[in-house]
Amino acid sequence: MDQGTVREFIRPSVEDPTSEWQPGDAWLAGGTFLFSTPLPDMRRLIDLTTLGWPSLEVSDRGLRIAATCRVVELYDFDPPAEWTAGPFLREAVDSFLAGFKIWNTATVGGNICTSLPASPMTTMGAALDATLEIWGPEGARRTMSVPDFILSNHVNALKPGELLRAIDIPLESLMRRYSYQRFTLTKHGRSSEFLVGTSDPRKRDLMLTITAATSRPFVLRFAVMPSAAELHDAITSAVSDPDYFDDPNGSPAHRKHMTYYLAEVIRTDLAGEAS
Amino acid sequence: MTYTINGTEFHSTPAPGQCLRTFLRDLGHMGVKKGCDAGDCGACTVWIDGHPVHSCITSAEQMRGRSVTTIEGLADGDALHPMQEQFLKAPGFQCGFCTAGMIMTCASLNDEQRADLPAALRGSLCRCTGFRAIHDAIDGVAHVESDVSPGKEIGASVGALEGPGVVTGTVRYTMDEVPAGVAHLKVVRSPHAHARVIGIDTSKAKAVPGVLGVFTWEDSPTKRFSTALHENHLVDASDTLVLDRVARFKGQRMVAVVAETVAAAEEGCRQVAIDWEVLPAVTDVEEALLPGAPHVHDRGEDAWIVNPEKNIVAALEFGRGDLDEGLAAADVIHRATYRTPRQVHAQLETHGSIAWVDESGLVQVRTSTQAPFITMEKLAHIFDMRQSQFHVFTGRVGGGFGSKQEMLTEDLPVLATLRLGVPVQWEWTREEEFIGGTTRHPMIIEVTLGATNDGRLTAMALDVTSNTGAYGNHGGETLGASSAPLAGYRCRNKRFTGRAVYTNVVPAGAIRGYGAAQPTFAMESAIDELALKLGMSPLEFRRLNGLKPGDTIGVGGAPNDDVMSSYGLDQCFDMVASAIESGPSLPAPEGPEWSTGVGFGMSMYDTSPPTEHRSDASVEVLPDGTYLLRVGTCEFGNGTTTSHVQFAAAALRTTMDRVAIRHGDTAESGWDTGAFAQTGLNVAGRAVTLAAEGLRLRILEYAGRFAEEGARIELLPDSVVVGDQQISLAELWRRADADGVTLGQARRAYGTPISVGFNVTGVRAAVNSVTGEIRLLQVAHAVDAGVVINPQQLRGQVEGGVTMGIGFAMTEWHQMTDDGTILNPGIRMYRIPNYADVPPIQVFFSEDADGVGPFGAKGCAESPIDPVAPAIANAVADATGVRIRELPLVPPLIFERLYDEYLQRTPAV
Repeated sequence: MDQGTVREFIRPSVEDPTSEWQPGDAWLAGGTFLFSTPLPDMRRLIDLTTLGWPSLEVSDRGLRIAATCRVVELYDFDPPAEWTAGPFLREAVDSFLAGFKIWNTATVGGNICTSLPASPMTTMGAALDATLEIWGPEGARRTMSVPDFILSNHVNALKPGELLRAIDIPLESLMRRYSYQRFTLTKHGRSSEFLVGTSDPRKRDLMLTITAATSRPFVLRFAVMPSAAELHDAITSAVSDPDYFDDPNGSPAHRKHMTYYLAEVIRTDLAGEAS
Repeated sequence: MTYTINGTEFHSTPAPGQCLRTFLRDLGHMGVKKGCDAGDCGACTVWIDGHPVHSCITSAEQMRGRSVTTIEGLADGDALHPMQEQFLKAPGFQCGFCTAGMIMTCASLNDEQRADLPAALRGSLCRCTGFRAIHDAIDGVAHVESDVSPGKEIGASVGALEGPGVVTGTVRYTMDEVPAGVAHLKVVRSPHAHARVIGIDTSKAKAVPGVLGVFTWEDSPTKRFSTALHENHLVDASDTLVLDRVARFKGQRMVAVVAETVAAAEEGCRQVAIDWEVLPAVTDVEEALLPGAPHVHDRGEDAWIVNPEKNIVAALEFGRGDLDEGLAAADVIHRATYRTPRQVHAQLETHGSIAWVDESGLVQVRTSTQAPFITMEKLAHIFDMRQSQFHVFTGRVGGGFGSKQEMLTEDLPVLATLRLGVPVQWEWTREEEFIGGTTRHPMIIEVTLGATNDGRLTAMALDVTSNTGAYGNHGGETLGASSAPLAGYRCRNKRFTGRAVYTNVVPAGAIRGYGAAQPTFAMESAIDELALKLGMSPLEFRRLNGLKPGDTIGVGGAPNDDVMSSYGLDQCFDMVASAIESGPSLPAPEGPEWSTGVGFGMSMYDTSPPTEHRSDASVEVLPDGTYLLRVGTCEFGNGTTTSHVQFAAAALRTTMDRVAIRHGDTAESGWDTGAFAQTGLNVAGRAVTLAAEGLRLRILEYAGRFAEEGARIELLPDSVVVGDQQISLAELWRRADADGVTLGQARRAYGTPISVGFNVTGVRAAVNSVTGEIRLLQVAHAVDAGVVINPQQLRGQVEGGVTMGIGFAMTEWHQMTDDGTILNPGIRMYRIPNYADVPPIQVFFSEDADGVGPFGAKGCAESPIDPVAPAIANAVADATGVRIRELPLVPPLIFERLYDEYLQRTPAV
């Protein structure tokens, strides 16, 4: 929709766009959120897509995804065969409520910064233990984990003038086995619950990421694969009732019920137990 | 930098915050539609450098230098793109508002995407078809019969007349033709469920550059009216003002701001300061009936309001026989309460109207309505003017489903243009559809049934409490319609009681299944429960007790104008039962948590509404020897204009391409009450048929002048044979004109007598008792619509109606807080069925010919929705043993009961 209060469209002329920032500005990447809802306090749009950040960089440290990487590029990305968790990149994209036309413009960083409990790029980043690189005014730089970044529905840790530059996924995460469960109220709907487990086959550990069910991501780490009861207890002590998200895509009671159920399905799968 | 759009360079500069959608429309590409303006529906799909995007959430500025393709640029000159051709021939559309975007999407699909259409078409919404038609279009399946010889029109799947315009994006919907210099209207809506305005400061708003006028309750005409569009305006309470001093629901329009641009009007709205006296509000329908509840309306507003102290706008009580006697004669009694939720229309074209005063002083109103004549009458009433001072007309209407049997956006632009002297348009946002439009009436329905051990109904009663919201539009008529399920069964003792109740929430209104879909859910669930108590098959119970020829139709004992002039219920039962017996369309999921079940539902519908309904039609011979048909009813995807031309061509023994039609315009035809409740086909269609038959006789009569005594006179497609000479119709027109004879006839038809038709749905569902998920494995639906005029059009209507029923039953979860705030006022969070939500729907037609409708047809626009929800609920109960008496059947609302039952069933879990 038109944003009638926007007075200026800025293509940054310098490498660090944070120098341009002033109150009322919004960082524009794909625009699929910024043009989807009335934002009457918005005065200027600063276009990040002209900065030329490489979308996807593979190195021996892992995968670096530019915030401006379009979702379709991640979907089309062909990960190295030895990355056990490589296919999850594409599966996470396929977990969007939005269809492929939106993927053509929406960006990975934009989806994380929109900070919906059901943002699939948040799920991906949290489950793969990604580090977020954040740029602030006057050269300020900091990094954060995804669970620390997402505070609640539509709320994140970005301060005024800060932007998300990149998502760094460590190689170690990409070499882990994974199993995920996602529930939607309607087929291809928005996630009501999106849980991901990963495990290092040598350590037989478990990292369980709970998203969409809760208003922010929860990550539970187990040094060795837990039993069903241990997993259940760990969820109970980590996630309290008010943490379960309440919105038109689910109810807190159903989300809690599904979280325990889906977590156990994942545990059973990664533990190699017959269900 | 420039834009290349469909190969042409443009040097225009968009506004910095402008989206690509409006920028493309500003440059004349009106095929780019607005369905949601939020990226959810796909109606605005265009290609950027060959890749499809939703242009409503794409920055226009960011696309500088890029190449854009819109629907207007898809064809290669006059040669349609194959996907356009396929959508035309399937046909893959009804109202066509989604079609341009749908074609742009489908034409871009690769093989991988085509192999998984449910995934590929998420975010590409159609509210009319139910998606099978779109699937056929993508696969190149052609159902349209292009070569229909004279005399074969009835029963042929001829294509929609406006089809070529739909698939090329050139057909003009309401907001696609705008007068120069049009100003834009936006409104300030109430943040309170109930409040009185103490004062309004408009000074800052008026100071916003570009603002032309600000209108408050002090500027409003003082005549009260109802937004409901009925021939008889006395059937609805006159409880509404153009702008009221009292807000009765959160979202009510309070102040209108008109400005040169949308942005200035929006800024003006933000600058309006209202001083409120907040009043006690009641949003729960049962609380509204309690003593001491706040009064939504005051006594004295309109004597029509039955009891303002109890918030009752309308109350009804009628029946026949003796209910107590019937219950005393019963061996088994079932009594239970059922609840149904709100549902919104979600027609893809939002409401919108454009008003201006032309040089002759006529007020022109171009609007998206299902009833232009009643709108004209109502505007004349409100503004104290004559009807002849208004010209109300439609473009093609992008879906209605009842939402446009309501005057919601016409009055304010008229007020503004009369005051400001400039053309004024008001185009609703998608959010306004939710917070300022109308919904299905939520109902609390108590059903009482009694039957003997041999399965005969002895007593039937319905008690309905209907929540009409803040205004009474359609409150009384939907309440009356909610007695419908009592009429469908043979039983001596019937009783209906009901009341429509005001509450401080968004008003309910007309919507497909008008008042009947709700109690049908209750009755058809209750029939299953009763049959099971009797140890009978619910389907056999329905066969035994369903209405049969010779039975009285109607619930009360007084004489009425209902006739059973055709009957196909028995065939419908047979076809659906046989389809369900033959097995599911989709495989059942595996696992102990899944169970499957089968359920049925049936409903009877009237072919015309009970209120006064009239339609005029005329047919004339034109100087070139073709025919011109004029009829007042509107086309919004229901296909009536195509059927009308089929009728006229059949009656005149000509070909359809020789019949032009003008419709939906108060200046083009005689009166028409509007298009709703099957009337487009049944009433207007009858007027068309009678006029065309009249003209045929008139032509033969006039041609007799040129015949020798006893000579043969015959009307051919383009000429008249008189003895051994053949006179072309063009020549006949010249002779008639010279003789002072008009070759034209007009007729009027009424919605009486009323015939009845039936719908039967069968559903096979799988239910996951752990997650609460329901999967439809099979849906079979039979309709008794009399003679089928256009099989593909009717099939599309039926599939669309069934799909809307699936939405009502299990995807559309309208959520509202206790203070009347709607939590999901948008398509993203209010889930209308997507491609993935609709299983293959098996559609069957009974074979019978009606004695009332034109050419034996009954019409069937809205009724297929009625039995769908109970069939699904009955299948869920059959699968799990859990009876759920409240819709929607969404996992968060049903999982606890399913899971409890599952744990009891399988203690090992």
